[in-house]
Amino acid sequence: MDAVVLTGGRLLTLLVFMPSVAGALCALSRSSRAAAVWALLGSGVPLILGAAAVCGFDASAAGFQWVERVDWIPSLGISYHMGVDGVSWPLVLLTLLLTFLSLVYSIGRIQNATRLYYASFLWLETGLMGVFCALDMILFFVFWEWVLIPMYFIIGYWGGARRIYAALKFFLYTMLGSAFMLVALLVTAHLYHQATGAWSFDWADWVAIRDTIDPNLQLWLFSAFAFSFAIKVPAWPFHTWLPDAHTEAPTAGSVILAGVLLKMGAYGFLRFGLPLFPEGAVQAAPVMVGLGLAGILLGAAASYVQTDLKKLVAYSSVSHMGFVVLGIFSFTLEGAAGATIQMVNHGLSTGALFLMVGIIYERTHKRGVTDFGGLAKTMPLYATVSVILVLSSVGLPGLNGFVGEFLVIAGAMKARPLYAFVSALGVILAAVYLLSMVRKVFWGEANANLHGLSDLTWRETAVFLPLLLFIVVIGVYPAPFLEVSEGALKAILEGVAP
Amino acid sequence: MPTLESLPHVLPEVALAVTAAALFVLEALWQPRGRARRVGFPLLALGGLLAALLFLVASPSSAEPRFFGGLLTQDPFSTFVRGVAIVATALAVGLALGSPSLPSNRRVEYHGLLVLLALGMCLLSSAGHLLMIYVAIEIVSLTSYLLAGFDDRGGRSAEAGLKYVLFGGVASGVMLFGFSLLFGLFGDLSLSGLGQALAHSTTLSTGAGRWATLLALVFVLAGLGFKIAAVPFHMWCPDVYEGAPTPFTALLSVGPKAAGFAVLLRFGTGLWPELATDAAAATSALPWLLLLGVMSTVTMTVGNLAAIWQDNLKRLLAYSSIAHAGYMLMGVVAGGREGPGAVAVYLAVYLIMNIGAFAVVSAVDRSAHSEDIGVYHGLGRRAPLLALAMAVFLLSLTGLPPTAGFVGKLYLFASLIHHGGFWYVLLAVVGVLNSVVSLYFYARVLRAMFLESAAGEPAPVSLANSAAALAVVLAVPTLALGIFWQPLAAIANFSGSLF
Repeated sequence: MDAVVLTGGRLLTLLVFMPSVAGALCALSRSSRAAAVWALLGSGVPLILGAAAVCGFDASAAGFQWVERVDWIPSLGISYHMGVDGVSWPLVLLTLLLTFLSLVYSIGRIQNATRLYYASFLWLETGLMGVFCALDMILFFVFWEWVLIPMYFIIGYWGGARRIYAALKFFLYTMLGSAFMLVALLVTAHLYHQATGAWSFDWADWVAIRDTIDPNLQLWLFSAFAFSFAIKVPAWPFHTWLPDAHTEAPTAGSVILAGVLLKMGAYGFLRFGLPLFPEGAVQAAPVMVGLGLAGILLGAAASYVQTDLKKLVAYSSVSHMGFVVLGIFSFTLEGAAGATIQMVNHGLSTGALFLMVGIIYERTHKRGVTDFGGLAKTMPLYATVSVILVLSSVGLPGLNGFVGEFLVIAGAMKARPLYAFVSALGVILAAVYLLSMVRKVFWGEANANLHGLSDLTWRETAVFLPLLLFIVVIGVYPAPFLEVSEGALKAILEGVAP
Repeated sequence: MPTLESLPHVLPEVALAVTAAALFVLEALWQPRGRARRVGFPLLALGGLLAALLFLVASPSSAEPRFFGGLLTQDPFSTFVRGVAIVATALAVGLALGSPSLPSNRRVEYHGLLVLLALGMCLLSSAGHLLMIYVAIEIVSLTSYLLAGFDDRGGRSAEAGLKYVLFGGVASGVMLFGFSLLFGLFGDLSLSGLGQALAHSTTLSTGAGRWATLLALVFVLAGLGFKIAAVPFHMWCPDVYEGAPTPFTALLSVGPKAAGFAVLLRFGTGLWPELATDAAAATSALPWLLLLGVMSTVTMTVGNLAAIWQDNLKRLLAYSSIAHAGYMLMGVVAGGREGPGAVAVYLAVYLIMNIGAFAVVSAVDRSAHSEDIGVYHGLGRRAPLLALAMAVFLLSLTGLPPTAGFVGKLYLFASLIHHGGFWYVLLAVVGVLNSVVSLYFYARVLRAMFLESAAGEPAPVSLANSAAALAVVLAVPTLALGIFWQPLAAIANFSGSLF
C-alpha cells in the first residue's frame, strides 16, 4: 500500500516529528535498554516509511510532492508548509538512513547519559529533516537553528578531550552565519510586502517576485544567505570550525555532521540561494567557484599533512564539498546533478569513513596515521571495507564517487575549462592523500601491539552493508538516482542558466 | 477629560493604592504572627494585584484618551504595559515566598512596597505630562531604593541601595532640568501641548534654540535611560542587581524597564506625533532618533561584551538585561505602528524569560547560598528539571528558535527593516551580531550546567520552593510561545498604536 495514503497525506510531518517524539520517550525511559528500543523505533520506523514511499515519488512531476500546508501565523503570512522535490528527497532519505545506522552503531558503546545521547540524535534528526522539507522561510529558519542545539550537546557532552571548545566554536560559527541570513530574510519579506502589499514568507511567493528585486540588492541578499550556507558547507575560508567539530565529536556525531549537516549548506544554495536571488547568484558565481576550487585544493593539501586519521577525513570533507560548490555554481545541469549526487555520495562514504576511524579508535585508543600498519592482516574484513570506502572517496570508476566528481568536472568544463582543470587536480590529490593513508595503515609491517585485534563484529558489518550497497549501486547504475533530481534541478537553474 | 469622569479609567491604580495602604496599616495595627504573616500578606498583595489586573482588562474604552486634564494618557500600549507591570509584580511576590534574602520580620513592608512600585509603574506607563512623568518616576525610584537595600545579610544589599539612591538622584535631577528647559523653550508641560508647540515654534529656527532643545532632550534621555538601564546610564545596574534580594532583582529587571520604555515611546510620539504614524515623515525628530539609535547600538554592545566576563549569575543577567534594553530601543527607533508593537511583544517575552532566569538563580541560591557560576556545575544532573528550564530561558534570551525570545527579536528586527533605509538595516545587523555575541556568555552557563561536572559534593538543589516551581512553570510559555506565537502576534497588533 502506498505509504503516503497510509499516513493520511501527512507523510512528511510524520517523518520529521516521529523521531522527536521517540526522543522524548528515550529521555524519559527508565533504562538505557528501553531507550535503545525507542531509539531504534524512532529512527527505524521513519526509515521504513521513507523507503516505502520511494516508489510513490514521481520523478517526472514538476514541483513539490506530498505538500502539507497549514496556517501558522496568518497575520504575517507564515505557514507550516512542507514538501519535497527531487533535490530534497534524496537528502531526506540520506538523513533517515544515516541517523538509523548511527544509532545502531552507537548502541552499547555510550556509557554516559545514554538515554539523552539517543534522544539528542533523534531530536537532531527532526531538525535536519525539517530543513530539507520546509517551504516556508521562517519554518526553514527555525529548523536550521534547531539543529544547532542537539549538535552542541552531542559534541560538547560525548565528545573528545577538547569537546567543549569545539562545541562552542561550532555553535558560534553557525549562528554568526544565520544571523546575516535572518536579516536578509526579513529584508526579502519587506521587499515582498512592497511589491504586493501583503506579508508572506512562503518560498514560492518569494520566487514569484524575484524579478522585481534590484540586481544590486540581490547580490547583497544572496551574499547574506551565502555566508550562512558557506559556513555550513563549509567552503574555504569558513571551514575552520569543521576540523575541530569533526575531530572532537563522538563517532556517530561525526557521521551525522559530515553526512548530513554539511549538506544543509549545499542544499541551501540550491533551494534558496539560486532560485530566490538568481541575479545575485550569477554575480557572485565567480567568487563562489573560486571558493569551491580553493576548498578542493586546500582541503586536499591539508588532508595530506594530517597525522590524525579523523582530522584527515575531516579535511577531505572540505575538499569533497568544494566539488559540490563548484558543481552548483557552474550553472549547468551536469554540474548541478553532479553536486546533488556528490552530496549523497559524500554522506555515504565520508560517513562510513568516520565509522571506520571510530571502530579502530575504540579498539586501540589510537588514531594516528602512523600508529598502525599491516591492519590488512589482522583485520581483513575491516581492511576490505575501508579500502572500498577509500576508493569510493577517491572517485574510482564503478563506485559512486566517480559519478559525482565526473559530472561536476563535466559541468565545470562546460562553464569554463580552467575550472575543470583545477578541480581535476583535486581528484589526483585525493588519490595521493587517501592512498598513502591506506598504505601506512593497512599494509607494511604490522605494529607489534596490534595483534589480537578483533575484526568487524556482525553488527558493525550490518551497519556497513547498506552503505556499501548504495556505494556500488550508484557507481554501477546511477541513472535512476540522476533522474530523480533532474526536473527539480532544471527548475532551479532556470533563473541562472546562461 | 475632567477628574470625576476620569476615575473609572484608573480603577487598577486605585486598587493598587488601596492594597498598598491596607498592607501598611494592617501591619501596624494587627502585627500578626506565624502563618498569617507568612502566607496572609503575600495573598493579600496577590489579591490586590489580581483585582488591578481584572480592572485593567475590564477597563471601559474611551474615545478621549487623555484623563485628569492630560496628566494620564491611556491607549492600548499603556494598557498592555500596565498589565506587564502588574504581572511582573505578582511574579515577584511569588518568588519572595520563603526567600532567604528577605528578613522575615519585614516581609509585610516588602509586599507593601512592591504594590506601591506597581502603582508607580502603572502611572509611569500612562503618564502624558512631564510632571506626571516625574512624579511616577519618583514613586518607582523611591520604592526601588528601599527594596534594593532590603537584604540584611551582609552589606551587599545596603551598598546596592545606597548606590542606587545616588545614581537615581542625579539622574532624576538631570531629567528635571531637561524638563525645565523644555518648559522654558516651549511653554508647556503636557506632551501633546509640547508637540503642538514644537510643530509651530520658531525656537527651532535659530541655532541656539536648536542646541538648547537638543540639550534638553539629552537631559531627559538621561533620566529615562537610567530607568531602562541604557548605556551610559547603566553603571548602577550590575551592583544593584547583585546586591538586591533576588525576587526584587527579577522585578527590577522587567517592570521599571517596561514602564521606562512606555514613557520613552510616549515622550517621542508626544513631541513628534508623526512618529506614531509615519516615522519617515518626522524629520524634526531626527536628532531624537539619532540619539536613540546610537544609544541602542552602544547599549547592546556594551551590555553583551561586559557580560562575557561575569562569573556571578546575577551580574551576568544584569549585563544581559542592559543588552536587552538595547534590543528594545531598536523598536523605539523604528517607530510607526510596528515599532511599539515589536517593543510590546518583546516586553511580554522578556517578562517571562527574564523573570524565569532569575527564578532559577533564586532557587539555586536557596540551596547553594551563592550565585557564582561554579555552583551551577553539574546542575543538569543534580536538578534536571531546573537546569532544563534555565536552558530554555538562556536559549530564549539568546533569541534562538523555537523559543519566545526568537519571536521577540524577529519582531524587533522586522520593525526596523520594514521602516527601511540604510541606517535602520544597519542597526538591525548590529542587533543580530549582538545576539551572536550574547550566545557566548549564555552558552557558558549552559556549559556549566550540562557539560561540566561539579567539584566535590555539592549541596543538593531542592525543587520544593516557590522559585523552582515558578521557573518550571515559566519555561512552558517560553517554549510554547516560540512555537505557537499567535498570541504574541495579537499583542503586536493590539499595542501598536499610541496616542
